[in-house]
Amino acid sequence: MIFDKHQDTVNDILSRYPVRRSAMLPLLNLAQKEEGYVSQAAIREIAGILDLTPPQVFETATFYTMLNLKPIGKFHVQVCRSLMCALVGADPLIEWLRKHLGVGLGQTTGDKLFTLSAVECLGSCGTGPMMQINDDYYERLTEAKVGQILKDLRETGDCSLKSGPFLVPERNEGVVLS
Amino acid sequence: MKTFEKILLTNMERPGYTGSLADYEGAGGYKALKAVLGKVPPNDLIEMVKKSGLRGRGGAGFPTGVKWGFIPKDHPGPRYLCCNADESEPGTFKDRQLMERDPHQVLEGIAISCYAIGAQTAYIYIRGEFRMAAKILERAIADAYRAGHLGSDIYGSGITVHVTVHAGAGAYICGEETALLESLEGKRGKPRTKPPFPATHGLYQKPTVVNNVETLANVPHIVNRGAEWFASIGVPPKSTGTRVFCLSGHVKRPGNYELPVNATFRDLIFELGGGMRSDKPLKAFIPGGASAPFLTPDHVDVQMDFESVAMAGSMSGSGGITVMEEGTSMVWAALRLMEFFYHESCGKCTPCREGSSWIVQILQRILNKQGRPEDLRTLTEICENIGGRTVCAFGDAEIAPVQSTLKYWRNEYEVLIEEAEALKGSRKEIPVLSLA
Repeated sequence: MIFDKHQDTVNDILSRYPVRRSAMLPLLNLAQKEEGYVSQAAIREIAGILDLTPPQVFETATFYTMLNLKPIGKFHVQVCRSLMCALVGADPLIEWLRKHLGVGLGQTTGDKLFTLSAVECLGSCGTGPMMQINDDYYERLTEAKVGQILKDLRETGDCSLKSGPFLVPERNEGVVLS
Repeated sequence: MKTFEKILLTNMERPGYTGSLADYEGAGGYKALKAVLGKVPPNDLIEMVKKSGLRGRGGAGFPTGVKWGFIPKDHPGPRYLCCNADESEPGTFKDRQLMERDPHQVLEGIAISCYAIGAQTAYIYIRGEFRMAAKILERAIADAYRAGHLGSDIYGSGITVHVTVHAGAGAYICGEETALLESLEGKRGKPRTKPPFPATHGLYQKPTVVNNVETLANVPHIVNRGAEWFASIGVPPKSTGTRVFCLSGHVKRPGNYELPVNATFRDLIFELGGGMRSDKPLKAFIPGGASAPFLTPDHVDVQMDFESVAMAGSMSGSGGITVMEEGTSMVWAALRLMEFFYHESCGKCTPCREGSSWIVQILQRILNKQGRPEDLRTLTEICENIGGRTVCAFGDAEIAPVQSTLKYWRNEYEVLIEEAEALKGSRKEIPVLSLA
């Protein structure tokens, strides 16, 4: 069972809500964190915890784009394609990634390391083009920077180019308005 | 010449300020909460926020104090406060900065607001992608509990406030307040039919207030410095205070800029944003997130308060300003936004669900030089059949890019369709089976 070793976390999640069903998204997110995607087994287990039927859990899960219902690569590369990022070069970036990784959108590389997706706005419009890989944001991307990120992830599983707490612009002097 | 003072970004822009509890307390944090809990009657707080003129910073601009006042006073059961941290409007990225750089400012606002409306529980509904902001908030909440700013019997006042971070899982519509409540209840995030409104039938059908992150972050400052002070900034009495405007697109210095609401788009784009990033002139800008109709260079001297932007034919919305330079195809821009709306339509209302898909198909064929002369009339008609015919404001939002680009740059559509007509004979097309 997926949640066996997380019994404390599950109990903690359930204790936050007066109605059990509210624990749905936290549990789905936990399942995905554990297995990389939301498996059929996880859906059945969550249904059991929440006193729902598996179709009720599945129905909810299909609404949310972050929940993967099929296995994906170790690193999920999600590039923002919405207008604000597209204005500053999201499309060439996606094209570059397709060529570099040798996969189409929604596909996973042969070594199961990278899955490439083009997604809608990730709330980082002032620092585009940008992408999210697993939990981390990478912003103000250039080809060289993306190349470095992929190399680091492939070699060490981590990359120091990810964004820290957001403050843009870094220095913002008060301007006297005329 | 006029100078202005920042309210929300003052602390975080100070060098060395990390947003930790010690930093926040050092800057006078939680003073407002201490001053009101058990000392100022909740009703007086609601009146204070009403008098300040504070309006929702999430997009709709509803007066915050009035919203709080709708909570029934005599309701016996629990009430809830939901902090809307879904920040999913393309062009907007201010809440992320407010949460990641000064989380306690938001938490203090939540605690004071909970006390004002008589809620013991607050949920921060944060978009699932904001993992860092969620982690920072969770750590800040733990610190605030340890220091006694949150929890049971805060400062011995007998008041209880519990705060929980609830992460979404990727759905634009969950920023709509009733969709947010549905999602928080563990369902598909589909907006509810109103009335009843969340003030009486919200989370778990209990009285609920949903406020944006930036709205709540303003509350401690209003308590500290008074409603009159806040109401004197901006365009009293209707649009008051400052806003954190998010600047993106073809400008030199994109980012978050806090300005009094009576500043103009010129101030933001050309003074603070440093102007256009290349030598190409300004062609168009979106004044309030993807849901706001496009405006033209003729509108740069419009003030950014809710009323002025509405007078100019658009909306101030969530405060996300996206700038486009000369040479940007407006048909392409409208299509890119429409693809977003098509992807994010929840599917509840037929006009929005089907209409968004039709608009995307028509815009795609116009852009690919396969448009037909009747397409512009069809587009206009589809838009007219979506606007005002859906349960939530999404329907009105999704037609904004199409209607406004058709209004100001109709010739770009016409040129593409003329080119399609000219290409007609030369293109090999799949024959269509005719019944004749």
